[in-house]
Formats: sequence, structure tokens, C-alpha cells
Amino acid sequence: MSEVAVSAEHVSKRFRLYHERNNSLKVTLMRRGRAKFEEFWALDDVSLEVPKGTTFGLIGENGSGKSTLLKCMAKILHPDKGITNVNGKVSALLEVGAGFHPELSGRDNIYLNGSILGLSKKELDAKFDTIVEFAGLEQFIDAPVKNYSSGMYVRLGFSVAINVEPDVLLVDEVLAVGDENFQRKCGEKFAELREQGKTIVVVSHALGTMRNLCDHIALLDHGVLKKVGPATEVIDNYVSGTHTDRIADGDADARWGSGEARIDKIEILGLNGQPTSIVHTGDRCTFRYHYSTTEAIKRPVFGLAVSTVDGTLVAGPNTRDAGAVPEKIDGTGHVDLTVSKLLLLPGRYSIDVGIFDFTCVHPFDFRQHALRFDVEAGQPHDTQGLVSLDGTWTVNGATLRLTPDSP
Amino acid sequence: MASVSELVEARELFRNLTLRELRGKYKQSTLGWAWSMINPLATMLIFAVIFHYVLKVEPPTGKPSGLHSFPFFLLCGLLPWNFLSVGLTAGMGAPLANAGLIKKVYFPREVLTASVVTSWAVQFAIELVVVVIAFLFVGNVTFQWLPAVVMVILIQTVFVYGLALGLGAINVYFRDVQHFLGIAMQLWFYATPIVYPITLIPAHAKLFGHSLPMRALYELNPMVRFVAMYRDLLYNLRWFSLADFLYVTGVAVVTLAIGRGIFLRLEPRFAEEL
Ligand SMILES: Nc1ncnc2c1ncn2[C@@H]1O[C@H](COP(=O)(O)OP(=O)(O)OP(=O)(O)O)[C@@H](O)[C@H]1O
Ligand SMILES: [Mg+2]
Repeated sequence: MSEVAVSAEHVSKRFRLYHERNNSLKVTLMRRGRAKFEEFWALDDVSLEVPKGTTFGLIGENGSGKSTLLKCMAKILHPDKGITNVNGKVSALLEVGAGFHPELSGRDNIYLNGSILGLSKKELDAKFDTIVEFAGLEQFIDAPVKNYSSGMYVRLGFSVAINVEPDVLLVDEVLAVGDENFQRKCGEKFAELREQGKTIVVVSHALGTMRNLCDHIALLDHGVLKKVGPATEVIDNYVSGTHTDRIADGDADARWGSGEARIDKIEILGLNGQPTSIVHTGDRCTFRYHYSTTEAIKRPVFGLAVSTVDGTLVAGPNTRDAGAVPEKIDGTGHVDLTVSKLLLLPGRYSIDVGIFDFTCVHPFDFRQHALRFDVEAGQPHDTQGLVSLDGTWTVNGATLRLTPDSP
Repeated sequence: MASVSELVEARELFRNLTLRELRGKYKQSTLGWAWSMINPLATMLIFAVIFHYVLKVEPPTGKPSGLHSFPFFLLCGLLPWNFLSVGLTAGMGAPLANAGLIKKVYFPREVLTASVVTSWAVQFAIELVVVVIAFLFVGNVTFQWLPAVVMVILIQTVFVYGLALGLGAINVYFRDVQHFLGIAMQLWFYATPIVYPITLIPAHAKLFGHSLPMRALYELNPMVRFVAMYRDLLYNLRWFSLADFLYVTGVAVVTLAIGRGIFLRLEPRFAEEL
């Protein structure tokens, strides 16, 4: 039994939807104290436990109650029924920005927020430089935060929230803000916090990130907890559940899309140009889509996601990123992705394939786990990780000859 | 509900917020803290001209100090009144003014109100220091009474805090409260012997043929007692009456209990109502 860091027991939260915002006494008196509002349950009997030291994700559609649940955990909202419990110091970063005072400088806000989280002036003095450096705001730290850009605002908030060394970190939909450099830093910091045994609860719509980041995920739907479990399992379940516009027939695990273009078959062509399900590290191979359309499709994007069987995304090439989007497709045909040297290391992999519109938002056809294939040992001969970097080692400038396994 | 241990933990936050209030008060003005003196002095001058020179209101002679000065008589009432007025208005507005914080982080929310009221209490004390020095020029040496003055300030702070908590919490739900307060404060001002001596209020008054104990009713207003206490200590140079002391202490404690009760009841829904 592992320790529980955060728990929710039968948590229900009711909100009032005012038809007309009623903050004036006149209106209240005229209606004899009864303002016109409807009540609805934003959370309905949600119970879950987050084990200490794990990263826990909350997913669900807009308005499903993720932020509400997080705010209940942070004690900002008070559930109408049930209770939430958090063991240890909580630091929360909710939606856009932390609780900053717009008129105060970044510096004053760091001290203010730090003391809200219970840190003394001394502790904050010690951490101050780290916080500012992590946020990358050295130049702006004495400017009032109302003059910050939204990215800067979030960076400062995030930097304070994680550097005050909370036991439990609650993060709502902020990972997407901030530039690439900052996102990378956040990722590293998350990993570091995890190693230190801190618990993280994170809300995001970025399912790919969530899959990699989280150990467990809870799926909320209209305030009801639909599913809790290992990240990959819940996400796969969610993804196949939500995108059933017009589901195509399912020989694969899950398939969805509007159907104007379809992937009839996906195959891997080996060295000899023949379909295969086994390739070797370092081999040349081709992923071939056979498609057909019911009407002309302009600028379709063909994408491919290679994952390990436990769900880790290894690579996700698509024609848009590659700048190779065809002007239009019509009828039947095939699209090839040729890999001159497959650098996957031995193991079993699964690929998802899809045809999207140019915005990559609307799927015409998406086939999850469309194909599984095995990679067997080849050259390079690495044993660690998922991919080879195909590098060359030199010692004192001299390339060494490959040594045979046995003397 | 804010537990005691949370309040202890919020010490640092309270200190920080109070400092923030104090520092921020005159931040963008050139004269800075001088304003904290200029404002009451200007009010004092205006009132002195109107009530003393135009309306011929006479201040009582201080017993045993023998002081007879309308400006000083006025200041002893005006400064405590200002503290009530601004402390209550700002303290009551604290949850609204800090909506951004309340919606994003958890901490015992009453710390916000406490720090605002405290910062005005500090300002009030500073103003009194200036007045105490000014009193020296007219021959009132008040030093031995200062500990008692500090005690009265503390009691008044508790009173203002209790009011600000209760009204501030209700104000989150009904924003009209702050507008009503503006009117109520004007009434309250003239129902307190600030610009006139209490002796102008008759002991009894006839209303529709009934005799009303006017003065006794008038003295239900705790501000009457507070002003009397400050005047006793600073203007008259004597102890305040025990009755005044017991009354204001009682009122302060009850106000705090009720105000805080209301606040803690309404606090859990602040984040969604703001
Ligand atoms: N203060 C409030 N007053 C009234 N209704 C609210 C309040 N806060 C949230 N709601 C409602 O509660 C429901 C759940 O909102 P919540 O913010 O938890 O959704 P979410 O899952 O975080 O959505 P998103 O993905 O858009 O962030 C929504 O229908 C929202 O309108
Ligand atoms: Mg949300």
C-alpha cells in the first residue's frame, strides 16, 4: 500500500447559473430574496486517490469539471458534499496565471506568493534568484506584473509554484503557454520533482503530453468520474470514445473520422520491397498507405505515429511537418514514407495512421494501432533506449574497429 | 474554515500584506507619507473654519488640562473617526480588491481584511504621534497617557476589524452594501461628537409628548465612547471612565464575534461569487 497524497471522497460541487447576475440588493428585495438561477452539479460524487510520488492527470471535455476538481483539491472551492484531503504543502497553478497582484512588481509578487504558501522571508531570499532565473525574467523583475506578456506571467507563476518546493503540485492547463525553451525546462523540472517523490496533479488537453507525463489518469465527463487507471489505457479509451463522428469499420482497435478519405491498408515494405512485419534496426523500409476517397480532398495531411506497445510515442512524422502536403487527392492511390535507415531498437511497435485536413484538427480517417511490427537486432547494435543515435565513437581521435562479441 | 494553526501559519503572510498596504499607500505620489498628515489637517482646517469661526461652536475647556482650543478638540475626534471610516471602507473592500488572489490560491481570507485594517491602524497611530507633538506646543504633555491611548487604539482596531469582516463578506454577495455604507457613515459622523461637544446633546428630549432619554440613547453609539476616551487622555489629560472602557470593550468583542462568524460562514463560496 502506497501512501495517499491527495484524495477526494464523494466530492460534489454545485454551481449556480444566474440568468441575470444579481449582486444588488434591489433585485433581491424585489424578488423577495430569490434570485433567478439554476443549479447544476459541476462535480457529481467524485472519489479518487492519488498515490504519493506519482503524476496524476485529469482529462475530459471542456466544462467537464477538471478545473473545479483541482480547485477543490487546492481548497479554493469548497465542495458541497464530500471532502478533499491533501497531505503536505500544496502549490497550485491554476489556469492563466498564479494569484498575482497586477500593480506589484514581479519581485514583490514572488514574496507575496511565497508567503501565501507559508515560506518565511529568509527562505524566500534564498530561493529568489533560482525563481527569477528559472522564469528567465531577470530584466523585468522590478516591473509591475500588469506589464508582463501572458507568457511571462505564466512563467513567473510556474516558477514560483514549483520552486517553493511543494509536496503536491496542482497544475491546470498551463503547460501549453510559454515558448519551447520554457516548456523544456518545465518538463525537466517535472521529472526532477517526480524523482524527489513529489506528487503532481495536472490538467491538460494535450493528450500526447499527458500520456508521457502521467502515471495515472482520471477521465471526467459532465462532472462524473468515468474512468481512472493507467495513463495509456484511459487515454486510448477516451480518444476512441470521443471521436466517433462516423466510425468506419473496425478491424483495427479503434477507428474514427468523417470518412471522405480512408486508409484502406497500411503496410511496411522491407528491403526487398515486399510487405513484412519484421524489420531490422538500420534497414531501409517504407510505410505505405493505400487510400481511397469519396470526393476530392484538398491538401490532406498524412500522419503516422510509432509507439511502443506500452504507449510511449517514439516518432510522429507527418506530411505537413515535412512540407510535403499534396495539393489534392482524389480516387485511390498510395502514399509512401520511406525511411532510409530505421533507427528503432529491437522491440514490438505499434503504429497509428491518419489522414487529416490541413489544420490537423479534423480527421478524415484515423486508425489506432493500425499495424504492429517487430524490430529485430541489426546495425547499430545499441541495447539501451528506444532508438539508436547512429553515432560513431572515437577514442583520442581514433575510430575503433567493431569488436566481435566473443574473443 | 480557517483553523487556528492556519492562522499561525499565515503570520508571515499577514506581515507581508500589511507592509504591502503601508508601502503601497502613497507609492505614486511625490509627497508620499506627508499625505497621511496633510489630509486630516486639511479636513481639520475646513471644519475648524466652518464650525468654530462661522457657526461659533465653542470647545469645552479641558479638565484638568485647562486647554481651550477648537482645532485640538476637533483632532481628538476626527482622527479616530477617520480611522473608522477609511479602515472600514478599505477593510470591507479587501475581498473584492483581492479577487485575483482569492480565486487562485488558498489561504485564510480574513488575513486580507486584517492586514488592511491593521495598516490603517498603524497610520492612525502615526497621525496621533504628530498630534502628540503638536500638543506640546500648547502645553499638553501627554506622554504618561500614551500607553492608555495605545490600548484604546487596539480596542478600536478590534471593533473596526469585526465590522469590516462582517460587512466585507456580505458585500461579496450584495455589492450595494458599500454604497449604503457611504450614507450610513455620514449619519454616523454627525451622530458622534466630533465637530461639536457632547454637551450639546440634551439629557432628555420630548418627542410626540414622550420624554426620551436622549443622551443615553446617543451614548449607545460606541464611537461616542471612543471619542470621549481619546479626548479624556489627550485633551483633558485624565483617565477615561470605567463605564466607557467596559462598554467599548464589550462592543468590540461582540462585533468581532459576529463579524467573524458571518465571514467564516460566507468565506467558502468567495471564490465562485467574486
Ligand atoms: N464560478 C462558477 N460559477 C458558475 N459556474 C461555474 C463556475 N466555475 C465553473 N463553472 C461551471 O462548471 C462547469 C465545469 O467547469 P470547469 O472549469 O471545471 O471545466 P473544465 O473541465 O476545467 O473545462 P476546460 O477544459 O474548459 O478547462 C462548467 O460548466 C462551468 O461553466
Ligand atoms: Mg479548466
